[in-house]
Amino acid sequence: MNGFTRYLGRNLSLVVGSGLLLFLLAFVVVGHFIVDVEDARALSVRPLQPPSWRYPFGTDRQGRDLLAVMVAGTPLTLRIGFIAGILGVGIGTVLAFVAAYYRGWADTIIRGIADIGLTVPGLLVLIIIAVGIRGGLSVNQMALVVASLAWLNPTRTIRSQVLSLRERGYVEIARMSGMSGPAIIFFELMPNLLPYLAATLVNAVSSAILASIGLEVLGLGPIDAPTLGMTLYWVNFNAAMINGWWWWWLAPTVIIVLVFLGLFFVTVGLDEIANPRLRKSA
Amino acid sequence: MSAILAVPILQVRGLRVEFAHPLGAVHAVDDVSFTLEANERLGLAGESGSGKSTMALAILRMIKPPGRIVGGRVTLDGVELSALDHEGMRRLRLAGIAMVPQGSMNSLNPVMRIKAQLADAFRDHGVQLSSADLDARIAELLSTVGLRAEVANLYPHELSGGMKQRACIAIAICLRPKVIIADEPTSALDVVVQRQVMETLARVQRALGCAIILVGHDMGLMAQFVDRLGVMYAGRLVEVAPIGEIITRPRHPYTQALISSLPSLEARGTMQGIPGLAPLLRDLPPGCAFHPRCARAEARCRAEKPAVRDLGPGQQAACHFA
Amino acid sequence: MQLRDILKRCGVFFVIVWLAASLNFFLPKLSGQDPVRTKLLQQAQLGGYVQQGIDEMVKVYEVRFGLDRPLWQQYLSYLGDVVRGDFNFSIANYPRTVADMIGESIPWTVGLLGMTTILSFVIGTILGALLAWPRAPRWMAWLMPPLWALHAIPFFLLGLILMYLLAFQVPLLPIFGGYSMGVNPSLSFTFILDVMRHATLPALSIILVATGGWALGMRGMMVTTMGEDYVVFAEGKGLKSLTVFTRYCLRNAILPQITALALALGQILSGAVLVEVIFGYPGIGTLLFQAIRENDHFLIQGIVFTVIVSLGLATLLLDLVYPLLDPRISYRRT
Repeated sequence: MNGFTRYLGRNLSLVVGSGLLLFLLAFVVVGHFIVDVEDARALSVRPLQPPSWRYPFGTDRQGRDLLAVMVAGTPLTLRIGFIAGILGVGIGTVLAFVAAYYRGWADTIIRGIADIGLTVPGLLVLIIIAVGIRGGLSVNQMALVVASLAWLNPTRTIRSQVLSLRERGYVEIARMSGMSGPAIIFFELMPNLLPYLAATLVNAVSSAILASIGLEVLGLGPIDAPTLGMTLYWVNFNAAMINGWWWWWLAPTVIIVLVFLGLFFVTVGLDEIANPRLRKSA
Repeated sequence: MSAILAVPILQVRGLRVEFAHPLGAVHAVDDVSFTLEANERLGLAGESGSGKSTMALAILRMIKPPGRIVGGRVTLDGVELSALDHEGMRRLRLAGIAMVPQGSMNSLNPVMRIKAQLADAFRDHGVQLSSADLDARIAELLSTVGLRAEVANLYPHELSGGMKQRACIAIAICLRPKVIIADEPTSALDVVVQRQVMETLARVQRALGCAIILVGHDMGLMAQFVDRLGVMYAGRLVEVAPIGEIITRPRHPYTQALISSLPSLEARGTMQGIPGLAPLLRDLPPGCAFHPRCARAEARCRAEKPAVRDLGPGQQAACHFA
Repeated sequence: MQLRDILKRCGVFFVIVWLAASLNFFLPKLSGQDPVRTKLLQQAQLGGYVQQGIDEMVKVYEVRFGLDRPLWQQYLSYLGDVVRGDFNFSIANYPRTVADMIGESIPWTVGLLGMTTILSFVIGTILGALLAWPRAPRWMAWLMPPLWALHAIPFFLLGLILMYLLAFQVPLLPIFGGYSMGVNPSLSFTFILDVMRHATLPALSIILVATGGWALGMRGMMVTTMGEDYVVFAEGKGLKSLTVFTRYCLRNAILPQITALALALGQILSGAVLVEVIFGYPGIGTLLFQAIRENDHFLIQGIVFTVIVSLGLATLLLDLVYPLLDPRISYRRT
């Protein structure tokens, strides 16, 4: 335990990042006790109230209590990010291992698709998909839409990581001692990749949240869910900025910034664990 | 007695290099002194981690943080190097002391042609040459090291390992330095190429009349090439002697172990390694650093660090029994 | 560079174009109903001033797509249209064509994105290189935390914050649009100045965020490069530290940055779409936003296709230029 705290003392990014995320978690948990989440629905409270003791974050034009929206919306947005991120990294890991371990035509195809897919602006493809299956997306459907492209980057980066591990001596020895392909992957490669996979996952969650907020701001999100991105959509829809309703966009902006900063610093911290070589230079 | 007439070209006195470490400073080079004479070939041998490469860099004042030169003087032909400012030291590199990098390394810039990598050395040392003169100089340098003139227009990846190393030698001699420091110049090259590179190095040394410090761990190579050999152990220079002397009558027990670990053609017995492991610089034993591995070690060796003593012309050792 | 390489890269480009076109064609079909038809009928039912246009369009639409023909024939004729750059009419803005509307917004986006991408890449790369250089001034180290923080924020969120600070609280810059209302676009000095004033905030929100990313990437590459053997040898050659910095460290560290640029273009564009929406900047992003709001499928498809193709083209160009910077590439492939 002592060694652990000492390590944390050196890995400041991980501490700052997890600190920010824990703060958000505490905000959501405490928020559920002090505010009625039902007030996140339209027409629940008096519209367009600036922040006050009664409504600390103010209310929006459709009569939502913005504190309730944030308490209800933050977990929704994180849920989209985590579902899409986990699916993306899961699919990406399997594809990457197949490509990097077995090489040959499987590698050519998987790498080709990932490389081409990455040069295409993801948001636009997601827009086409979201428009195609329009008719009120639910939060979970939203996550699936985002996940449809979330595997591209993990596939690419994990593949190159596996390739470099594959050349190490211990994999060679395992292969010569007659271990089967899947066994090598599970017992020899996986443990070495875990910190790297964790960093990739956090990164994927962050990109998925960014993509989902993007779709929502464009009006392709779950219209009746109080996610952070949908809140920004209503901000834009009602021209809250020009009308001077600053509290309306301030709350979601601050929370989104905290989410991204938290995830970013956790990635940096995990990277430091995954590539100890960087520790000295960073 | 040629040794008395010889002029010292490079003098190293009490050189010390420290590396900062959370658990206390590490002495990578610990109070090393030696003298290099004009035209002399001095070898520096030792296990990896013995501080021989660090010392090569320290002479050129190229130690990077967390490393630091904490003491000692290096004098080149009467010029005290530690008194030079940053710019003066820069000008002295290559022009006064040139380095030939390790053979296993990518020491040439992958995106510049060989010609450009020679040209920037001339330019940054204030040698103004017309384009035609430059081409002629480069062609001449390349032919000195046994490379065709067309090599000038190639990129490093288009050269073989041996050719790259010759190109590095061409760069090293381009300003006719007084001293060349070659740090394992043939590591990772195959034996035939190794020989060619060493012959090239010997030829340019004779042609330039400069002195050479050859850093390495290949005792066979040392025996063929150098005039005098220094042996380093745990950051200290434990013995220096003319090569014939050190091979036949090594004084320091570590040198003895090193020599007897060489396979020889006559004695086809079992090969003898040196018992024990090389010490961690961070955690050196007290007294003589070699005592845990030394067959002759006594109580005194565990308590008292042996000083370097002169044993004859150009010959020193740091052992209580030498 | 080998001719084979060039052909291969061009081949990849055409695969991207073909995939984009097919995506556009098949995805709407997968959803079961035909959203175009639904939209047309919906509009037609509303009646009124668009009635005539809609009738005409339904006719054009049915002839063009030959809805009675088998799917593969429809697909082939669609590909033919795409090759000719014909994306049909805009549903919401009949009789304007999609190609026409895209053509009008493209210069705005290309101007904004071209400038911000180049500026942030150049500034970020130089900054990152300096951050890694031991001889750089001490105060530069203080730039790291803000760069990290900025880098983690989405473009459009910074846009919102900047808009509030610099256009709403302190009205230094215009808050909305590409040029002042009631001004006629012309090539006069005042108009260009007006356009630049309007572009400042969107550009700033992209540049500030993107610069951080490039700086962090470059710094990492520089740290790696400075440990390379050829840098040590360059120093041993007694080269001036500026020479070592520029021709040995920078020159090599920049290569992965350029590869990264090719990959980042797509993300930059995705982010820029939202910045345009937030600022009502009259480029492709805002057009796309309107098209989504108005359910204008032809327009959405046209925009997505155009953007994917232009990005593919930009990536292709970068790929073709890269071997000129890295002599090892052409060699490795032979």
